[in-house]
Amino acid sequence: MNKIVSFRRLRALCRKETLQILRDPSSNIIAFVLPVVLLFIFGYGINLDSTALRIGLVLEDTSPEARHFADNLYGSPYLQVTAGLTLTEMEQAMTAGKVRGFVVIPVDFAEKLKRPADTAPLLVITDGAEPNTANFVQNYVRGVWNGWLLQRAVERGEAPPADIAIESRFWFNSSAESRNYIIPGSITIIMTVIGTLLTSLVVAREWERGTMEALLASPVTRAELLLSKLLPYYVLGISSLFLCVGVSVFILNIPFRGSLLVLWAIGTLFLGCSLGLGLLISTVLRNQFNAAQAALNAAFLPALMLSGFIYEIRSMPVLIQAFTYLIPARYFVTAIQTIFQAGNVWTVILRSGLFLLLAAVFFIGLTALKTRRRLE
Amino acid sequence: MSDALVTIESVQKIFTDSKKPALDGISATIQPGRITGLVGPDGAGKTTLIRLMAGLLAPTSGKIRVDGLDPIHDAAKLRESIGYMPQKFGLYEDLSVQENLELHADLRNVVGEERSATFKRLLDFTDLARFTSRLAGKLSGGMKQKLGLACALLGQPRLLLLDEPGVGVDPISRRELWKMVQELIDQGITVVWSTAYLDEAELCRDVLLMNEGKLVFYGKPSDMTSRIRERSFQIRQISGSRRQLLARVLRSHEVMDGVIQGHNVRLVLRAGAAHPNLHDINAGNQAELMPVAPRFEDAFIEALGGGPGGESALAQRLRPVTGETNTAVEAVDLTKKFGDFAATDHVNFTVKHGEIFGLLGPNGAGKSTTFRMMCGLLTPTSGTARVMGIDLKTSASQARQKLGYMAQKFSLYGSLTVKQNLKFFSGVYGLRGEQQKLVVNEMIEVFKLQPFLDTAPNTLALGFKQRLALACAVMHEPRILFLDEPTSGVDPITRREFWTHINGVVEKGVTVMVTTHFMDEAEYCDRIALVFRGRIIAAGTPDQLKDQASTPQHPDPSMEDAFIALVQAQSNEAGS
Amino acid sequence: MFLRLATLIIKELQTLLQDKQSRVILIMPVVLQLALFPFAATLEVTNNTLAVFNEDSGKEALELVQRFSQAQAFTELIPLYSEAEVRDVLDNQQALIVVRFPADFSRNVAAGRAARIQALLDGRRSNSGQIALGYVQQILQAYIGERLNDKQQVALSNLIIRNQFNPNLDYVRHIVPGLVAIITTISTLIVTALSVAREREQGTFDQLLASPLTPGMVMVGKAIPAMLVAMVQATIILLAGIFIYRIPFAGSFGLLYASMTFYILALAGFGLLISSVCATQQQAFLGVFSFVMPAILLSGFVAPVENMPTWLQYLDWLNPLRHFMIIVKGVFLKDMGLSAILQNLWPLLVIAAGTLGVANWMFRRRLE
Repeated sequence: MNKIVSFRRLRALCRKETLQILRDPSSNIIAFVLPVVLLFIFGYGINLDSTALRIGLVLEDTSPEARHFADNLYGSPYLQVTAGLTLTEMEQAMTAGKVRGFVVIPVDFAEKLKRPADTAPLLVITDGAEPNTANFVQNYVRGVWNGWLLQRAVERGEAPPADIAIESRFWFNSSAESRNYIIPGSITIIMTVIGTLLTSLVVAREWERGTMEALLASPVTRAELLLSKLLPYYVLGISSLFLCVGVSVFILNIPFRGSLLVLWAIGTLFLGCSLGLGLLISTVLRNQFNAAQAALNAAFLPALMLSGFIYEIRSMPVLIQAFTYLIPARYFVTAIQTIFQAGNVWTVILRSGLFLLLAAVFFIGLTALKTRRRLE
Repeated sequence: MSDALVTIESVQKIFTDSKKPALDGISATIQPGRITGLVGPDGAGKTTLIRLMAGLLAPTSGKIRVDGLDPIHDAAKLRESIGYMPQKFGLYEDLSVQENLELHADLRNVVGEERSATFKRLLDFTDLARFTSRLAGKLSGGMKQKLGLACALLGQPRLLLLDEPGVGVDPISRRELWKMVQELIDQGITVVWSTAYLDEAELCRDVLLMNEGKLVFYGKPSDMTSRIRERSFQIRQISGSRRQLLARVLRSHEVMDGVIQGHNVRLVLRAGAAHPNLHDINAGNQAELMPVAPRFEDAFIEALGGGPGGESALAQRLRPVTGETNTAVEAVDLTKKFGDFAATDHVNFTVKHGEIFGLLGPNGAGKSTTFRMMCGLLTPTSGTARVMGIDLKTSASQARQKLGYMAQKFSLYGSLTVKQNLKFFSGVYGLRGEQQKLVVNEMIEVFKLQPFLDTAPNTLALGFKQRLALACAVMHEPRILFLDEPTSGVDPITRREFWTHINGVVEKGVTVMVTTHFMDEAEYCDRIALVFRGRIIAAGTPDQLKDQASTPQHPDPSMEDAFIALVQAQSNEAGS
Repeated sequence: MFLRLATLIIKELQTLLQDKQSRVILIMPVVLQLALFPFAATLEVTNNTLAVFNEDSGKEALELVQRFSQAQAFTELIPLYSEAEVRDVLDNQQALIVVRFPADFSRNVAAGRAARIQALLDGRRSNSGQIALGYVQQILQAYIGERLNDKQQVALSNLIIRNQFNPNLDYVRHIVPGLVAIITTISTLIVTALSVAREREQGTFDQLLASPLTPGMVMVGKAIPAMLVAMVQATIILLAGIFIYRIPFAGSFGLLYASMTFYILALAGFGLLISSVCATQQQAFLGVFSFVMPAILLSGFVAPVENMPTWLQYLDWLNPLRHFMIIVKGVFLKDMGLSAILQNLWPLLVIAAGTLGVANWMFRRRLE
């Protein structure tokens, strides 16, 4: 006589939840203001491509040969060269973080260059405290150096010493802008945080305010209770997702090559996971403060660190790699980056979708199991 | 008893995190079409029993049947025939009155014409029709309570469970609620009403009196009251201090319980005890002993083993306050505006040294705002608040050292231990070293806190929390004590104990300023100011206020009658 | 007055450390992040997959493929045989990089003519791709060098690369000092912002204000415990960095702790500012969260500050973590001196003075 889901009761509960969302400024801030702010921060603040590396140049040799190499350095669009300091001053500048590395042209550079039996060394010193930037310094200086060798060879009519050239091309992101993959990836982080934060508080709030007790004493069923928490926040979350996509495409000019329908389907599954995780935390802890803390630690950090969004999963130790398989954000990062940049690559999308579905069923199922119809 | 609506058979409930059972072998029945009061001190197990009946908890052992159903196994069916109002009313504060009603109507399948008819009936009944679009959070305590009741009544329940509906609600609203419940009984609904207010219990058809998980009494309240027939008296025409007299009277063996009622002292004698000799207790030459009607509260106190006695160990340790000549507390044209709304509007009063001064008023009348300005927690928009002659605006810190403050709901650091709380509050008021140790140990002894030193106040029973809160407020021997709703939710015995301390402290010369909406608490005050809509509408001794409300039909009104009469007179005046 | 303040501080520490759950909340993130981050947060490329589409069957091409497969970056090598496979492997993210040898590669190399290799990278992971490409280039350079040596020619010039402060470009050395800064940030903010909100919810804040303590003292009483907690956490991470992760501590502990004090003051200012506008713990938490996320992301820890657009760099000046990040790394790894520290410390002083001043004003205003 008491159906598992009564449409009328479910509609009433959803309506209540929706009204609460609309009237609670913090839900709206979490769903609509925070994502856009974070998206802009990710879009502008997280740029791993060093466009104008600040490096120093110490010219111990002032011969025309040395100057020629220096001119090549100055000519590089990737480098912003400061000169005029002594070696010690340059080291201090690097310690203070003013330059990320410097090139030293030693006193005997030109002399050694002229002697056929000698090799003329160039010193590149990088700031190892910033390993990624140090790599860029190495690569860019090497590029300039290769070009310079080639020029010299051509000028002297010799055969080029480097006889193998590598020609690189980016498959999807042809300009190799880190933004193009960071922004879709960051949508994952944002959706994880939003989904979990939004729901981690809602059940705990009902317990703390004593309204759960009144609901439990009414004919509401467990399924209705759970669905009424999921559906309105799902609508909020999916709108937030499309808001993020809109901002990325139209304001941040990120190319979008896949279909919105596929994004919607994958986004739905992923929201199922993060809303489910939030609800689980909230249902188990029943305390807003602890729930918020737990949500931060269980959702945000793993999504940032272990989803493969910034840090390559393959480079991690095996144990941690195994752990990443349990993190839904990992699949969503892959899927959304693919949808944005590669389009509908079905194997990737279906595989991610399947894992997301399993995770969503797991979290929501566990929440259902933990949802009690009684007070203990 | 086969026609009982609820049968409870040797029910025991043990929560996993405690060894002591919350309910210990309760057996009772609840008869249909009546109101049954669930009465007992804090921690007696009232809420647990109501939750068991609502199917929100499962009993550890024993059996409960509600309307022929098992609350756990037949939960789905049961829920259609009960209405339940939890302690905080269970309302969504961010939904409007109408939206709260609609939610509960949908949940209980009240639709179509029945729905509009029910809404109209309930809104008329609760007098909330004018406020349907207002958010529940913006309603006053009394209105929230009515809305909570209306929500619980949707779907025509046969059994209505109300968990402490009167807490935090002023007497006017409580009376209205009581009238409404009476009407429901007339319609054939069965009501279970849990309460700590014994005057409410007295009006119930049956009561279940509980103490520490056990059933102490089950039957008509009058049966209980009749046990103590001809043992209640009032000492009138007292000369000298009535507080000292009360302390003396309570010392004698014949007296089981005593309270102050304005200028008089009310006593309950032990069974078979002789009348106390007024001369022996030095009540004065004109004093007379008048028999008065027994109250349910008297019987309640007896059932729980008598009152706490009249000696305040706290006062004995206090040094008397001497050499104070100026007024202790003074409010001059005190006004506080929040936007256009004046929460306190040109309030004036003075409190003399060694006096108990009470601020009385319905919820939202502005007594809290006034109180908070007097202890420096709010800066007045205009006017001055002076404590010991010091303007709180200019040198607040200096004044604060001389005052003690006990916040509403006994605010303590819930996660620290009792001992850490004592150390903290004594330290903040500048006590240190040997002196601090001495004072803390004294407090532990006076308030019998030894067994709880390493417990967190959060897990203490309300009565002990209140003791601790008082201890924290008086360690630095303040000259003025500010008490904000100091006995809210506390049972009568603990309340008496509390006032014994306060009486003792005042006798030593400390000034006390208190806010309350307990009418029997107002009786302890030397003077009362009745606050209504931000203004003081009446001030004077409790007896003076009672006299103001006295009419030929009602020559001897209670404090509560006086309160209601004065407030209603004022609102009629404003209305016309 | 000093003893009253001490009472306040002791109380605050007791609240923080009293029950097991709060202790766990203070320690768990430290341990978890110490265990996970240094391993997980690496931009290095190792154990990755390289796919090779070799249209050439000459020995030079084979030799190079051999060398690629021995590199640390690539533990797996997928041989490909058609254009379609190249597309598949990249689409499905099976390989990070595909190297394609044209049919005439070996012939050209053997003949001393210019030869070319094509490298195709997964643009969804362009940073890792570029790093991997760097490795490929290094291998190639070495090969060319050896071939030149084989021809008995002496190289004209060579590049000697030295990575100062971190010779092997070990990411752990980049992460651990960063963690010192990040963890102190999170705990200082949570302790200051949430503890005031909690007192408001419990009603004990009124009791503090009704006592002889002034609002200023209450603020100091909140800031100092936060400082102690954050410093203990920072010390744990420092010690773990030095003794477990074996990172040499180059600079002066005195300078580091002195700057940390000012940093935490600046943070406590933000925390108290958040708490002065929030009525509930939930709001305070949201406030902390909205401050911490951008602060970490824009600190230079995840990506360098100089890569940001200029306007954002100016705005980021208000982010105390950005300044402290330079100091921690500088002192820890580079033995940064006093004058360089001061250049990054004065913004912290300005921020601390500003936020603490505003917070104090807000606290007083709320009484009205």
